[in-house]
Amino acid sequence: MSSTTNIESCNDFVIKFANVNGSGSASANELFARAIMRMGVPVAPRNIFPSNIQGMPTWYEMRVSAEGWLGRRGGCDLMVAMNPQTWDRDLAEIDSGGYLFYDSTKTLPRSRFREDITVLGIPLTEICNREYADPRQRQLFKNIMYVGALTALLDMDLGVVENLISDQYRGKDKLIGANVNALKLGYDHAKANLPCPIGLRVEQSDGVGDQIFINGNNACGLGAIYGGATVAAWYPITPSTSVIEAFASYCRKYRTDPDNGMARYAVVQAEDELASIGMAIGAGWNGARAFTATSGPGISLMQEFFGLAYFAEVPVVIFDVQRGGPSTGMPTRTQQSDLISCAYSSHGDTKHVMLFPEDPHECFTLGAQAFDLADRLQTPVFVLLDLDIGMNDRLCKPFEWDDQRRYDRGKVMSAEDLEAGKNFGRYLDVDGDGIPWRTIPGTHPTKGAFFSRGTTRNAYAKYSEAGTDYVYNMERLRRKFETAKSLLPAPILQRASQPSRYGAIYYGSTGPAMAEASALLEAQGVHVDTLRVRGFPFADEVIDFIDEHDYVFVVEQNESGQLRMLLCTEGEVDPKRLIRVLHYDGTPITARFISGRIADALSEHKVTPIRKKVAS
Amino acid sequence: MTYLVKPNILRPDTPRNTLGYTRRDYEGAISTLCAGCGHDSISAAVVQACFDLDIEPHRVAKLSGIGCSSKTPDYFLGASHGFNTTHGRMPSVLTGAALANRDLIYMGISGDGDSASIGIGQFAHAMRRGVNMTYIVENNGVYGLTKGQFSATADKGSKSKRGVVNSDTPIDLVALALQLGASYVARSFSGDKEQLIPLIKGALRHRGPAFIDVVSPCVTFNNHAGSTKSYDYVREHNDAVNRLDVILPRDQINASYEPGSLRRIVQHDGSILHLRKLATDYDPSERVGAMNHLQERHALGEIVTGLLYVDSAAEDMHRNLNTVERPLNQLGDAYLCPGSKALHALNASLR
Repeated sequence: MSSTTNIESCNDFVIKFANVNGSGSASANELFARAIMRMGVPVAPRNIFPSNIQGMPTWYEMRVSAEGWLGRRGGCDLMVAMNPQTWDRDLAEIDSGGYLFYDSTKTLPRSRFREDITVLGIPLTEICNREYADPRQRQLFKNIMYVGALTALLDMDLGVVENLISDQYRGKDKLIGANVNALKLGYDHAKANLPCPIGLRVEQSDGVGDQIFINGNNACGLGAIYGGATVAAWYPITPSTSVIEAFASYCRKYRTDPDNGMARYAVVQAEDELASIGMAIGAGWNGARAFTATSGPGISLMQEFFGLAYFAEVPVVIFDVQRGGPSTGMPTRTQQSDLISCAYSSHGDTKHVMLFPEDPHECFTLGAQAFDLADRLQTPVFVLLDLDIGMNDRLCKPFEWDDQRRYDRGKVMSAEDLEAGKNFGRYLDVDGDGIPWRTIPGTHPTKGAFFSRGTTRNAYAKYSEAGTDYVYNMERLRRKFETAKSLLPAPILQRASQPSRYGAIYYGSTGPAMAEASALLEAQGVHVDTLRVRGFPFADEVIDFIDEHDYVFVVEQNESGQLRMLLCTEGEVDPKRLIRVLHYDGTPITARFISGRIADALSEHKVTPIRKKVAS
Repeated sequence: MTYLVKPNILRPDTPRNTLGYTRRDYEGAISTLCAGCGHDSISAAVVQACFDLDIEPHRVAKLSGIGCSSKTPDYFLGASHGFNTTHGRMPSVLTGAALANRDLIYMGISGDGDSASIGIGQFAHAMRRGVNMTYIVENNGVYGLTKGQFSATADKGSKSKRGVVNSDTPIDLVALALQLGASYVARSFSGDKEQLIPLIKGALRHRGPAFIDVVSPCVTFNNHAGSTKSYDYVREHNDAVNRLDVILPRDQINASYEPGSLRRIVQHDGSILHLRKLATDYDPSERVGAMNHLQERHALGEIVTGLLYVDSAAEDMHRNLNTVERPLNQLGDAYLCPGSKALHALNASLR
């Protein structure tokens, strides 16, 4: 060992597990994360997995933070290297002074290690082969055994892990005993042979509070239930699949008629994305709240239908769990790269409403709100989350629902309205907000029927190729888009501790890393006001925020700066004042990346003021 | 078709159905198709069928794709909601609409380009999914709006108006529908309303996917010598296996049939299909037999028409999904929202 100082930290570090996909490691790693949370210390785990069922490398990164930073921090303090395929890169990733835990059954030459880290080896395979005869047990208990060893190394309470195992296998006593036994084998071996505890420790804390632990896709599925959705049509695609699976599962629980066991919902797996959005639009046209869930390639396939729903003015909700593109791109990696393709989906002049949830809590609230917005605005509403929020369990505020709340079904004319002689023109702007009234098929025997189409029509839904009818309609659609502004969730402003010329705009899953980055910058004496955008079209506050600052960093997880493009185009902002901070390698953005980029950019600014640059 | 507005005069002896509606109540906007277009005859047959069945127009939702055929829902049932969707994707929109409200009658109108070319995938999956609908393909073998290209149902060897010979194998949507699980399958000819109207009536009273392929000559681009979808060709090669009468429970049966010539099928709603046999050995309850018969006659250049297959005990998509009887689009907040108490319990399980 060299003289490098070991990292010493209590309740604030990053552990990364390097595993082989399909080896059962994910549940052991999650057990470990839950054990730390049971001790009251917030943890943000992230599964970095391949597009593969078995055999390829997979990682599980855990951010442990008593402060409650739930974004990725960057770096790695302890690597649990269980995959020989990725040994070299895993080893290289450990911060200097950090720790390496590995299976020491097979002796490795000194050259395969590093001098500046602490190496902790346990012959896991050897112990497993000695203790267990069944190959599957050897594999699964090896995982539990390293959880036991880590419990000792991090000075954690073994009882907490034992209790968790008991909870997990409640009713299957045989499994409890076997798992606890494996846990103790690892724990005892570490205690006897390794320097426990190491510099990283977990201490009982009270940072978790009443937070819940759930992933964004499940929260979207639940939001759709609370939002009143009855029809879900979909086609499986990573990373969105579990949105519908969760919806179906919550539906079985909450939407089964108690009297006869019949379903108050319909979930249809379509033959492709075109059919899934087609079904959702058909159901929306017919007055049911309907949605689909997809990812980038699905958004591409649905383009023509988005145009139809926009122009025929049919409410529908689309959950887009973004992944890396273009094309098949990185199906199991995260990005925020569908903003442009959603914002202007389809040919012709279209503009769509988008919502950007930050975490599972907002996936639920904005997911439910999306259905009210779709009905109110009679248009497709896109909820853009991403793999990082969608597929990773995350601590967040508990879900809340106001029982007084009623669904906003928007402007729907009833049989009574029609009977009373109200003037019904399907595309007539009677209220001046661009939103026309609609009727649901089957409403009235003689009044209110109309023919929906993607072709031009006059205000009374009659086919028309007259330019004036077309222009009337397009101008009304623009007014409707303006109306949407006031209905979307407001942006969230966070002022720096001191007045600043600099701002940062961000959205969605960048939130937690941005929050920590702000704290890191403040600690360096760099003050940046931040604004989290939650919807498109942009609220006036977003443009005001840019106006208030000399320069605004636009932090996002795509290559081309898509939110920045929208700000320039829709907000008519001078592009020179918007500085890109872009992270797009498929892993979630980190606090260190954001703070580093902003600090560097600001120090450059100080060296060569922009005015001088312009003058020269 | 004429562009003159029809006079709105009702004679005292104008026939009314039991709801008090006249045939005019089932008509729509004036057609903009070519004079003599087979599609207009199909629209007229739809009007007659709905009038005869005492269907309330507003209880029908009519959906279509893109093309000449898909324009026609505007020309019948003006008091019904209609949706002219995207090219080849009507089946999915209709499926979604049917999911939202199981109580309406769904009519899908499509063409050979719309269903056999761009939309063959959605056509196939709507059939196998058991959507409760009447799906009519107005089949003329050409693209009319783009001026006469072959569609996928054009027969091999048939000649276009410009003299081009089609070298591709045709798709027979009837054969596909049979194979894919449609539970009411028929073929007819737009020039034979005596045959067509009862077939549409039977389809409207059928539960499950009912498919009717209606050969409907395109007078502008496909009605010449060398076409196998012209009026003359279809009249000469029409090989009807049976003639259908749809008898409603309220009707008195006063027609007399020769012994052994009649096949009687009761549908789920009590309506009775009387099939007068023309091909004595043809059994419309036998799916495989129907497929064989179709192939054999097609090989001989014949166009088999009539009610080719019916499963009167078929289930539909809503049965398969076990959805509640009340339409999903009519469930109120209390039926949909689990409320705060359930959410608190769920929160507790996530800690």
